[in-house]
Amino acid sequence: MSVRTDAALPSVNTVYDVNRIREDFPILKQIVHGKPLVYLDNAATTQKPLQVLKELEKYYYTMNANIHRGVHALSQEATEAYEGSRIKIKKFINALGKNEIIFTRGTTESINLVAQSYGRKNFSEGDEVIITHMEHHSNIVPWQMICEERKAKLRVIPIDENGELVFEEFEKMLNKKTKFVSVVYASNSLGTVNPVKKIIDLAHSFNVPVLIDAAQAVNHLKIDVQELDCDFLAFSGHKLYGPTGIGILYGKVNHLDSMPPYQGGGDMISKVTFEKTLYNELPYKFEAGTPNIAGAIGLGAAIDYVEKIGIENIARHENNLLEYATEKISELKGLRIIGTSKNKISVLSFVLENVHPHDVGTFLDFEGVAIRTGHHCTQPIMDRYGIPATSRASFGMYNTFDEIDVLVNGLKKILEVFG
Amino acid sequence: MQQELRELYQQVILDHNKAPRNFRKIENPTNYAEGYNPLCGDNVTVYLLIDENNIIQDISFQGSGCAISKASASLMTSILKGKTVEEAEKLFNKFHDLVTDKLGDNFSVDEFGKLAVFAGVREFPARVKCASLAWHTMLNALHNKNEKVVTE
Repeated sequence: MSVRTDAALPSVNTVYDVNRIREDFPILKQIVHGKPLVYLDNAATTQKPLQVLKELEKYYYTMNANIHRGVHALSQEATEAYEGSRIKIKKFINALGKNEIIFTRGTTESINLVAQSYGRKNFSEGDEVIITHMEHHSNIVPWQMICEERKAKLRVIPIDENGELVFEEFEKMLNKKTKFVSVVYASNSLGTVNPVKKIIDLAHSFNVPVLIDAAQAVNHLKIDVQELDCDFLAFSGHKLYGPTGIGILYGKVNHLDSMPPYQGGGDMISKVTFEKTLYNELPYKFEAGTPNIAGAIGLGAAIDYVEKIGIENIARHENNLLEYATEKISELKGLRIIGTSKNKISVLSFVLENVHPHDVGTFLDFEGVAIRTGHHCTQPIMDRYGIPATSRASFGMYNTFDEIDVLVNGLKKILEVFG
Repeated sequence: MQQELRELYQQVILDHNKAPRNFRKIENPTNYAEGYNPLCGDNVTVYLLIDENNIIQDISFQGSGCAISKASASLMTSILKGKTVEEAEKLFNKFHDLVTDKLGDNFSVDEFGKLAVFAGVREFPARVKCASLAWHTMLNALHNKNEKVVTE
């Protein structure tokens, strides 16, 4: 495929070689319904490069053993690889220590951990928890559950027509009763990047801790938890070109230390008797049971890969794709983009006047184009715009401008049929 | 358009999507029910007016959904008007067997009439729920069950 290189981007010294990158992703060579696969569903999950696949294979071929337990060679090797991955993640988000990095199943489990552990300990009747109107269900439901249990109130920062937070409403909402703020860094269905630093600073002035859901941000924005000063941050491996079933919860040590364990079991203890159990130190206190060892190691390999390409380079490429795609689809008759913030990750949600997103999805599938259609686990956003669903194209590091042309041509054909 | 797609999106379906029949509310229905597919957000309400002889005097629907679900609701209401409750139940079963591919190719177009256009759905397992939502909702309405039909 021919690709626009970075000729138009004077500040870049190295050329972003998307064809070279595509070579690392064998799945992209697939044919779907007789057409080359055009994978534009990266906000749902990203594909995995060979470097990650090989690491997973290597683990199961040569070092599969349980960690933190055995004295034998394989167990030590597996433990080293698993803990080595934790150190890579610590560096990747610039955490202070590796004891602040907890392996989970994904963003959802990370948020549930904080809600169930921190929330149950610290929320009581009449307290308030603040989220936003653009949260994924995974940053709504865990808070609803704990608020109901603790008789606390869940409050929601509204969004405007462009899909941006109404910041003044947040300012008004904070008060003495506020006990927690949990906010998405970048919206999975609108693309909006929220001013999280501003949110964190303001919440801290009320002594309120903040969790950042970075699921959609982590593959596009450089994250520095010390600079952000967030109290917790959650993300998934599978949206960062890593395996599914592995995710991260970052938490400041003082919070994690004071929180009770989320689950009980092996590895999270230091001494067990039937009378009393002493819990293990951080981060193991929150890692009960045998973890997804291969997943953690694979995530480490994914981070190596992303850092080799450079997250800033990836972001620049994706921003260019988004700009091109936005311009091209805006020319289509009856098309409305949902989420028009100036500051977006590479997510493009839209509705067509006379065609339901489900029909769009089926037609595009026959062009080889994979997009997401539906409510994207953000039903409150759909209600806000008075629509049942959207079609969503989302771009990753390996997508090309030609692929966007395939998408736009596919949409043109749909408009002809339904016209 | 490719063959499979053309069979799914037949002209009849496109027509009914564009201009759905009986797309209105019945003010004093004897029976009605709501249906919802949480996976795609499709929702439909089916209204029925059934007389003392168990004949469907009027049937209509409202809601939002994809072309397949809208056309299915539209064709269903066109076909069921004037039928008895028993006949409607029988048709439900036949339609269900058709779209879930229980019949294979052993069905006659004559027997199904316009409903035969939904045979194309068999090739699209993800879309069977779209075609059957209105029918499940109608069946619930017949039995006057007030709980929401949920398909996913």
